[in-house]
Amino acid sequence: MSRPVFAALPTLVRRERASLAATLLAPPIALAVTIILNLGLYVVMGRDPAAVIYAMLIEPFYSWASFSEVLLKTGPLLLIAQGLAIGFRAKVFNIGAEGQFLLGAIFASAIPIWWPDATGQWIWPAMLLLGMIGGALWASLTAFWRVRLNANEILVSLMLSFVAAQLLNYLLLGPWKDPNGFNFPQSVMFQYDAMVPILFEGTRVNVSLILAGILSIAAWIFMQKSFVGYRLQVGGLAPRAASYAGFKESWAIWLSLLIGGAAAGLAGSAEVAGPLGQLQRSISTGYGYAAIIVAYLGGLHPIGIVISSIVMAALYIGGDNAMVSANLPIAAVRVFQGSLLLIYLIAVAFVRYRLAWRPAAIRSPS
Amino acid sequence: MNAIEFILAGMLAAATPFLLAALGELVVERAGVLNLGVEGLMAFGAVIAFIIVYHGGGHILAFVAAGLCGSLLSLIFAGIILGFNANQVATGLAIGILGQGLSALFGKSYESLTVKALPKITIPGLSEIPVVGGLFTQDIVVWLSLLVTVAIWATFAYAKVGLVIRAVGENPKAAHAIGYPVIAVRFAAVAFGGMMAGFAGAYASTIYTPLWADGMIAGRGWIAIALVVFGTWLTGRIFLGACLFGAVSLMGLAAQATGLDVPSQLLACLPYLVTIVVLGIISADRRLLKLNGVASLGEPFER
Repeated sequence: MSRPVFAALPTLVRRERASLAATLLAPPIALAVTIILNLGLYVVMGRDPAAVIYAMLIEPFYSWASFSEVLLKTGPLLLIAQGLAIGFRAKVFNIGAEGQFLLGAIFASAIPIWWPDATGQWIWPAMLLLGMIGGALWASLTAFWRVRLNANEILVSLMLSFVAAQLLNYLLLGPWKDPNGFNFPQSVMFQYDAMVPILFEGTRVNVSLILAGILSIAAWIFMQKSFVGYRLQVGGLAPRAASYAGFKESWAIWLSLLIGGAAAGLAGSAEVAGPLGQLQRSISTGYGYAAIIVAYLGGLHPIGIVISSIVMAALYIGGDNAMVSANLPIAAVRVFQGSLLLIYLIAVAFVRYRLAWRPAAIRSPS
Repeated sequence: MNAIEFILAGMLAAATPFLLAALGELVVERAGVLNLGVEGLMAFGAVIAFIIVYHGGGHILAFVAAGLCGSLLSLIFAGIILGFNANQVATGLAIGILGQGLSALFGKSYESLTVKALPKITIPGLSEIPVVGGLFTQDIVVWLSLLVTVAIWATFAYAKVGLVIRAVGENPKAAHAIGYPVIAVRFAAVAFGGMMAGFAGAYASTIYTPLWADGMIAGRGWIAIALVVFGTWLTGRIFLGACLFGAVSLMGLAAQATGLDVPSQLLACLPYLVTIVVLGIISADRRLLKLNGVASLGEPFER
């Protein structure tokens, strides 16, 4: 057989150990490359790059008013991503957080929709609790299917998200529709006590940001310091070793999905009890999917995820700004999200491997 | 026309997007790669094809362009997972999100526009049979996809290239040792899968429902991936599965036409619910999955 002979071939060689600096540099470098590539795309589309840069990258941080909106979006992203990352580390790929978020919102809305006149300081905490239960219940379907029926959790959790969206539609067009809402698919506005407290006067930033912060600390302690977290990670890295050591896979799947579902459900309930104040069709702008990117971009590490969720939230706000001031379609945000994850995955490869130029002739068969 | 006739007449056309995408994913998975980006690849192919047909480029050019675009996008996926040994799940999801984003971006100014679909070709005689006659009145792409199904079945059953793909998927180290270019085969398989997903999208947006709307692929790409599992990696079973989903997605329409008092959202859920149920039933039999499953699916190949 005649094969083309190259003088030297680029080969990836696994590093003995990944350097901390490379690990920390990968996400910002990926972000920078993504920004450059996407700006190129906007120029091709005939937009003014300076206007886009200003709207997307500077405006979100320029004033307290717009930065508080970034913090408002950070809450749900951070909550969902921290929950998902625990599962991803254990190789349980729950990508149905979108559905779990919707179920959280639906469960939480039951209280103000059924008892619109109830008053008392117990209402919003009860709603958040109910939201967590709703999200966890929805995720438990996936866990059951995976553990008892051996079905792939990626496909099941995603299918359940489509079902959840239809369930929301059904409720808003049928039994839960606001009778005085001019036929709009939305519920009644919630009463005052069904709203979560605002953190900073004059903004919409609410308690969910604090909850997300607490969950981040809890996730850090859980994954880095606790035996349960350690077992989960071992199960993800070396399933065989874990099962020899008596760590049960089914247990890891249940735990991962219930935590992920509860966190997403909490985010959903905080959204209806927070900035929205009612159940609407568009309660999520793809938070469940964006949080997957946030989790990976943060290196599946609780601290990294805090940073990446702020970046992703800023991207949402920046995208909204660019839609208004630079006439950029909002779909550009999705393109940005997708390309950011792709480029980050390449960047991570260079953390784990180094590029070596080997002469082709002496490549030894191994 | 009663409900059964209605479903039989439309089943093959409704099944075609599922079938094309699932056959592509079958080849990809047989080569040992799990590409979760099918939904995005379909959406991208769908918008490209729609734009071309809308501007009068015709269906042939539209399918060629959609196939090429699907291939190109999936080659980015292949480059990252094969060149950099990246996580296939994460990379596939990213390609899916990117493809959906690109489709929404390009399709923005075509939202809710329509084009003219292709005429149906009737097989004389057979199409006059009562009840099942509708099966024999289909557009050209349906007939072609039946041919492709047979061709892929025959390739895996008899052709050397089919055996090489399977060897690469089953045991890449051994395939490499006896001289097969593992990485090149996987690149080619992923490109083929992307092309098929592009075709599937083109069929959905220019023939099956000849209109463009953001999110119109509506999970068909994900169901196609599930179909490969349902079909336990066998071409014939994947075809039957696609027909089942074609029928299920028509059941909603049929039920509404007969005035059945069921919420339309429940009918819209049907394909997803059926996917969940069937996935559970098939997966519960672990031997069935092991029997034809791909041994090294999703695992990176390192020399």
